[in-house]
Amino acid sequence: MRCGDFKDTYNKDEAIFQSVFVKIWLSLFMFFLLVFPFFANEYVLYMANLIGIAIIGAHGLNLLTGFTGQISLGHAAFIGVGAYTSAILITRVGISFWWAIPMAGLMSAVVGVIIGIPSLRIKGLYLAVATIAAQFIFEYVFMNWEAMTHGIRGINVPDPELFGFQFDTERKFYFITLFFVVAGTFYARNLIRTRVGRAFIAIRDRDLAAELIGINLFRYKLLSFAISSFYAGVAGSLWVSFMNIVTPEHFPLSLSIEYLAMVIVGGLGSVLGSIYGAFFMVLVPEILKFGTDPIKNIPVFQHIFAPMREVVFGSLIVFFLIFEPQGLAEIWRRVKNFFILWPFAY
Amino acid sequence: MDIFAQLIVSGIAVGGVYALIALGFVLIYKATSVINFATGEFMMLGAYVCLTLLTYLKIPFAVVFTFTLLFAFVLGVAIERVILRPLIGEPIISVIMVTIGLSSILKGLAHMIWTADFRSFPEILPTEPWDLGFAIVPSALKWGFIFAIIGVILFTLIFKYTRMGIAMRANASDQQVAQSMGISAKVIFALSWSFAACAAAIGGIVIGNISGIHPQLGLVGLRVLPVVILGGLDSVGGAILGGFIIGILENLAGGYINPILPGFKDVAPFIVLVFILMIRPYGLLGKEIIERV
Repeated sequence: MRCGDFKDTYNKDEAIFQSVFVKIWLSLFMFFLLVFPFFANEYVLYMANLIGIAIIGAHGLNLLTGFTGQISLGHAAFIGVGAYTSAILITRVGISFWWAIPMAGLMSAVVGVIIGIPSLRIKGLYLAVATIAAQFIFEYVFMNWEAMTHGIRGINVPDPELFGFQFDTERKFYFITLFFVVAGTFYARNLIRTRVGRAFIAIRDRDLAAELIGINLFRYKLLSFAISSFYAGVAGSLWVSFMNIVTPEHFPLSLSIEYLAMVIVGGLGSVLGSIYGAFFMVLVPEILKFGTDPIKNIPVFQHIFAPMREVVFGSLIVFFLIFEPQGLAEIWRRVKNFFILWPFAY
Repeated sequence: MDIFAQLIVSGIAVGGVYALIALGFVLIYKATSVINFATGEFMMLGAYVCLTLLTYLKIPFAVVFTFTLLFAFVLGVAIERVILRPLIGEPIISVIMVTIGLSSILKGLAHMIWTADFRSFPEILPTEPWDLGFAIVPSALKWGFIFAIIGVILFTLIFKYTRMGIAMRANASDQQVAQSMGISAKVIFALSWSFAACAAAIGGIVIGNISGIHPQLGLVGLRVLPVVILGGLDSVGGAILGGFIIGILENLAGGYINPILPGFKDVAPFIVLVFILMIRPYGLLGKEIIERV
């Protein structure tokens, strides 16, 4: 808690933008996000797109796991459902990308609700197991429903288009991603301040107590699954149009685990945390790639990169859980407070 | 020869192996209320260690087997001490995630050490198949079944009759009371993890013998989840029963539905799993926990 930081109305206390400084800083940051693609090269923009898509997916998972406390090991399946819905709608039905995105989100949401139904009776470990089952079942469906998904050959998807303008490069696509990231973040940040968001948090903290004070567990848990999967569907839909292709092996269990790692490393139950986590987890493999670059051509180390990624991901999960369960968001808060109060610690 | 009988017999043989691995889950769950998502990786490591010792040291299989069990035991204790102990009392999601992180680490390490190459076990045991008259059991499956059943019986006996096993059961039934009777929860936790690691290692060797080893072998561990849930997470008997049921079911699905829907064998147990969770989440023999508002 900062000294001199007092509020005299509840409205001020609940405001998203707590001070003038935050508003200025955020506007500068938004401005930076808007102009930076004109100076960055293709590679940086490619990464920026991946990070943006990961942020949207991570927001979804954080709402479900971080805020509502329902563990999901099937997030990749929901992303896959969104991706395939969007790909099929665009290529077969011929509707535009802009309509396919909400449809993909809705489709994922419906699937999410179905998977979420068992969550009324089971929780914790059992829910984790149920979502793993969903993950495997959907992997199977993506792979084997030839008529719909074209199986292993995948589906090629054209670039999105708006009034004749083709979003065919990383730079152009970046603005689509940015729009959805900002919208998604804004929605998530606001959602947790509403009745629904508070209900989610109450369920996470103690489900029985939440039910006692009049929160309909079934409805809110399903709502949480729906919103979470909607985010996943949108992320999947963006991903398809960015990559221009979708195949079953893009949505393995390890992707679900990667998303869980994002929300844990970033900070469970923190909207900012999802952003930090997504940023961090997308960049880690790239940093590793650069780190292992000098030794790449030595034969002994050639096969080391792919497994190293797994080891590092696993270690990050374990490390953060044991030493910093609140994630990067908490580290950031501490660092910020240190400088705000400096040189007087109290 | 009757296809149905053949499918049932191979199902029972595979089911024995599933039962053994499921036992690893149940031991840990009973003692610490954690599902160990790294069980599959314990299997894989056990198989790799066994294979490496066999190929490089060329010592008898019995010695190698003992060494592997010893390795698994130490691995179990180490992991409990370093990774799980700090998380006692933390929310369940942290504990689940830490075992998932662990599985990722172990998988990566195995991949680094042994590369992604597919390896198969040398012929260490006699290879003649088992002819039952109405069905034939391939030799790998036969040995797998024998090892698994010995393992299951051994662990069940330890759990039922030894001092250690009784202490573990006491701890599972009520940790506080057990502690006040002088049973150290820490020792029990460590023991449970190492027993589970041993069970998984035997399972790994058996599966490795049947289908070869590669770093993705750990996925088999997740495929045992339906077994554990069907039998009941906290029931040793349930794990054994569930193992056989799922083994048979999987083989029947493989025999009759695979020709229509390719690959259905692998996903059938998970479809069953979803239904069990909806109808009877505590499993066939598990303890029913009632929680009402």
